[in-house]
Amino acid sequence: MNPDKIKIHVSHLQKSFKKLEVLKDISVDICEGEVVVVIGPSGSGKSTFLRCLNRLEESTGGEILVDGMDVTDRKTDINKVRERVGMVFQHFNLFHNMNVLRNLMLAPVDLKKTDKEGARKQAMEMLERVGLSDKANAYPQELSGGQKQRVAIARALCMKPDIMLFDEPTSALDPEMVGEVLEVMKELARLGMTMIIVTHEMGFAREVADRVLFMDGGLILEEGAPEEIFQHPQNPRTQDFLNKVL
Amino acid sequence: MDKIITVYGPLLLRAMGQTLLLALYGLFFACIIGLIVGIMSVLRNKVCRAIAAVIVNLIRGIPMIVLAYLIYFGVPYLWNTILGIGGMNLSALQAGSICLALNCGAYMAEIIRAGIQSVDAGQMEAARSLGLPYWRGMQRVVMPQAIRTMIPSIINQFIITLKDTSILSVIGFPELVNAAKNVVAATFMSFQTWAIVGAMYLFIILLLQWAAKVLERRLKYESR
Repeated sequence: MNPDKIKIHVSHLQKSFKKLEVLKDISVDICEGEVVVVIGPSGSGKSTFLRCLNRLEESTGGEILVDGMDVTDRKTDINKVRERVGMVFQHFNLFHNMNVLRNLMLAPVDLKKTDKEGARKQAMEMLERVGLSDKANAYPQELSGGQKQRVAIARALCMKPDIMLFDEPTSALDPEMVGEVLEVMKELARLGMTMIIVTHEMGFAREVADRVLFMDGGLILEEGAPEEIFQHPQNPRTQDFLNKVL
Repeated sequence: MDKIITVYGPLLLRAMGQTLLLALYGLFFACIIGLIVGIMSVLRNKVCRAIAAVIVNLIRGIPMIVLAYLIYFGVPYLWNTILGIGGMNLSALQAGSICLALNCGAYMAEIIRAGIQSVDAGQMEAARSLGLPYWRGMQRVVMPQAIRTMIPSIINQFIITLKDTSILSVIGFPELVNAAKNVVAATFMSFQTWAIVGAMYLFIILLLQWAAKVLERRLKYESR
């Protein structure tokens, strides 16, 4: 982790859907190589916060800088930001109309990051990394949940992002498949990827996170190193939440 | 029966050709109209959506026979006489094609709208999250999946439109029903003639259904 280089700067972020205020006032800085895990009860705004970072949700107030690019500014070419910010979804969202290899090659080839041969080579390398090189020609519906999610991670990595967002990546998985996905994520963290992870896997958070954010009611109520948050939570809401889930 | 086939067979076959030609023109332009209006109705832009809704509801709300009269007789009258510009002359084939294209296009737009909306929103989100622009995501990810689910409804609409060509006998286009009327007038063998004409429609439509089955099977996503 490099605490001198701030990758993501969020200040006073707000987001409302019509009258419902989902994010009230979020401010946080995330450094290069830092692994930040966001926990909190459902409806607390965790996913919305994550989705604002690459403008899948349009924020209604505040400022977000990703690598110095202003995500909240309509004039910013958001596609350029997204090329550098990979995202992994709860429901994988692999492209059903393509096999695994073409899922991985689509964006790099389409956005002219590399030629077809280069993209194929890189895709095979990424599949190797997530342990699925034998599935290159399979279609998504022929894979298990854990395999789908590992492909989804590989697909995001093919764009060579320097930040990865994970939106509850193991919540839709059968319990026996959670481990294989978390392993891939641990490996990524070890290699120094900047990661923001929304998850309910407290064990994983404790092991991998540099910092844990606890969110509730559209606010970050508490943040700190995992041992502080999990052993000595200060905020009563954090205590209450951890009592329920641990 | 033999007399109809030997004497009037070539005439009926030629009329069937005209029916197919009319249907082909109509369906071709219907696909274009359907695609444009269908995509307009899923855009975020409210003006586009409103225009699409007006087009669809307007055309769906007018019986095709009225639309046919309106286009074939009404529009040239408006252009030449009321507006006094003159020089407009629509052939029955042109007017018929426009009529079919509008009518079928409105229904196609609805099919395409529903097809696009049936694709999980996560597919577009994933495409966008990789940095693909909206239209690329549409083209590479959403539309290919939408079209697959749309095929049965599109074929169904093609069949309806093919049969609707018979309505255009009212503007004097020499398609199958028009030809059959002439044969009946000459021979008085109405049962035989209409039975043959019915069989001819049935044959084309069965052929179309068979082609649809083949197409559907070929579009299955499987590793091969």
